[in-house]
Amino acid sequence: MKKAVKVEPEPRTAAPARRGRSFKPRYPAWLVMPSLVYIIIFFLGAMAILVAFSLATQVGFGQISFGVSFANYREVLDPLYLSIFARTMVMAFLGAALTCAVGYPVAYWMARYLTTYKMLALLLIMVPFWTSFLIRTYALKIILDPGGYLATYAGIDIMYTKYAVGVGLVYNYLPLFILPVFATLERMDWTLVEAANDLGAPPLRAFRQITLPLTLPGVVTGALLVLIPMTGEYIIPNILGGGKFEFVGNLIGDQFNAAQNQPFGSALAISLMVVLSALVAIYIIFAGKEERFGA
Amino acid sequence: MHRILKPKLLFTVWAMITFVFLFLPIFVMVVFAFNRPSLASAPNFDGSNMSSLSPAQIGDVTLWNGFTHGWFSVALHNPLYLPAIIKSAEIALLAATIATALGLCAALALARMKRRRRAPFDVLVYLTLVVPEIVLAVGLLIFFVQARTYVPGFPELGAGTILLGQVIFDASLAMLIIRARFVGMGDSLEEASYDLGARPLSTFRQVTLPRLMPAVVAAFLLSFTFSFDDYVVPAFTNGTTNTWPIVLYSAVRFGITPSVNAMATMMFALNVLLLVVTALILRRSRARVGPGQEEAKGLGGAMGLG
Repeated sequence: MKKAVKVEPEPRTAAPARRGRSFKPRYPAWLVMPSLVYIIIFFLGAMAILVAFSLATQVGFGQISFGVSFANYREVLDPLYLSIFARTMVMAFLGAALTCAVGYPVAYWMARYLTTYKMLALLLIMVPFWTSFLIRTYALKIILDPGGYLATYAGIDIMYTKYAVGVGLVYNYLPLFILPVFATLERMDWTLVEAANDLGAPPLRAFRQITLPLTLPGVVTGALLVLIPMTGEYIIPNILGGGKFEFVGNLIGDQFNAAQNQPFGSALAISLMVVLSALVAIYIIFAGKEERFGA
Repeated sequence: MHRILKPKLLFTVWAMITFVFLFLPIFVMVVFAFNRPSLASAPNFDGSNMSSLSPAQIGDVTLWNGFTHGWFSVALHNPLYLPAIIKSAEIALLAATIATALGLCAALALARMKRRRRAPFDVLVYLTLVVPEIVLAVGLLIFFVQARTYVPGFPELGAGTILLGQVIFDASLAMLIIRARFVGMGDSLEEASYDLGARPLSTFRQVTLPRLMPAVVAAFLLSFTFSFDDYVVPAFTNGTTNTWPIVLYSAVRFGITPSVNAMATMMFALNVLLLVVTALILRRSRARVGPGQEEAKGLGGAMGLG
């Protein structure tokens, strides 16, 4: 899978303005060329050909005639496919919300109450983060298996349903949410909470008026950080949904594997990109805000 | 006193439940790698090649039947597993090397470039990270097929195209990691080096690179891990090449077999081992950081990647 990784925002170089400085060590700008050329050829190239395919028409099996036709996009607007888009979005939003609900208290606990064991807790979050996505999904499948203990003795048989997919989303993306939110909480000035308590604010009120507003940008960033890859998720619905609960990603994959309707698959892929760009726009707005507040 | 104690207790209980949630599946997977096949399925094992048994023949393996370590040798003798793991490691090693080199070069140039000048490149980089992998995978598939048709000498679908596809994401990631550290380092030591008459190249070799090393190592390791564990891009651009995630995925879709547990357990153990070793190395290099460094990004910053 692709783990969307958030890299720490660049700390501002707090160098005082030095006057009369004749020279700044810089590296030549052409050093950026190898990556730039690489990304343009292989990434933009692939995206461009995807657009070209989405506008082409399928003639017979696997034969394609290029042109500018929006028939594939009209097919995407079919209620059947729109419902899969809607389902994907609903699942991704619910998954991200659940991840927040589960993960925020954990991050809060780590930042607020842990001292000696903070590094250990961080390591315990990082082990799943660094473990193969596939292995973790497989491990979850063992637990949820209809013949396993959970189904046999607890009567919880949710394998190949939306519930299994939901659990899979939260399970796989939880570390990715906890890590940045923990970083935000860690950077917060906890003496503000102390001051509020000293001034007579009950803990819940101090949390609502100080901790929450100060960490909200970080939480939104973390939530979008898991929401975006959840929307494009492919592996979890395939393994835990067993083909019965498909996301848009699976639908796209099917067009290139079984159905062999590559132009339609390309149109689906481009449509997914359009949906995602809206989410990314929100992300950029919030990321900018977070930087400004320095929270 | 009780006012602070009570919420703390609640949070601790919640966190413990979450840790159990995170680790229980992995724990169960490891335990069931040692699970004996059920009695009812025992006759199927007589004289058969264990790695070719279907999940149905192995019987109920999600309930505990008894201890055996036999699945580990079954896994190691599986004709698919080890070659696929070696293939994955080869591809990931190359991908991580290329990506780190590309990322390092770009990071050096970009870190001190004006925001407006580097904006187009930044947008491209974020785009590569945000595009869903399935979209990239199908795009690359048709791109590679077309390129093979029209560009002489372009590799056919296989290890080569997997590599080409994975470097895109890895290079962006490496660039961001290295740049974040480079910006945080400040430029006073390099300035001093220039003032003392060192040439750009030797300044890079003796001043910049050693201080960037933890980020370079982190970028390399992260690229390696992502390439090694990557399923979606290879699944569409592999041709007939089998990588470990592809083998694992088909085994997983097929059903649950203890030999998959055993192999996955070995890979998990290796992963934890590498994580701990890296943590120790980064910790040592952190202790040695020189002056002029605002704050060395330790394990948390470099590997957790927030």
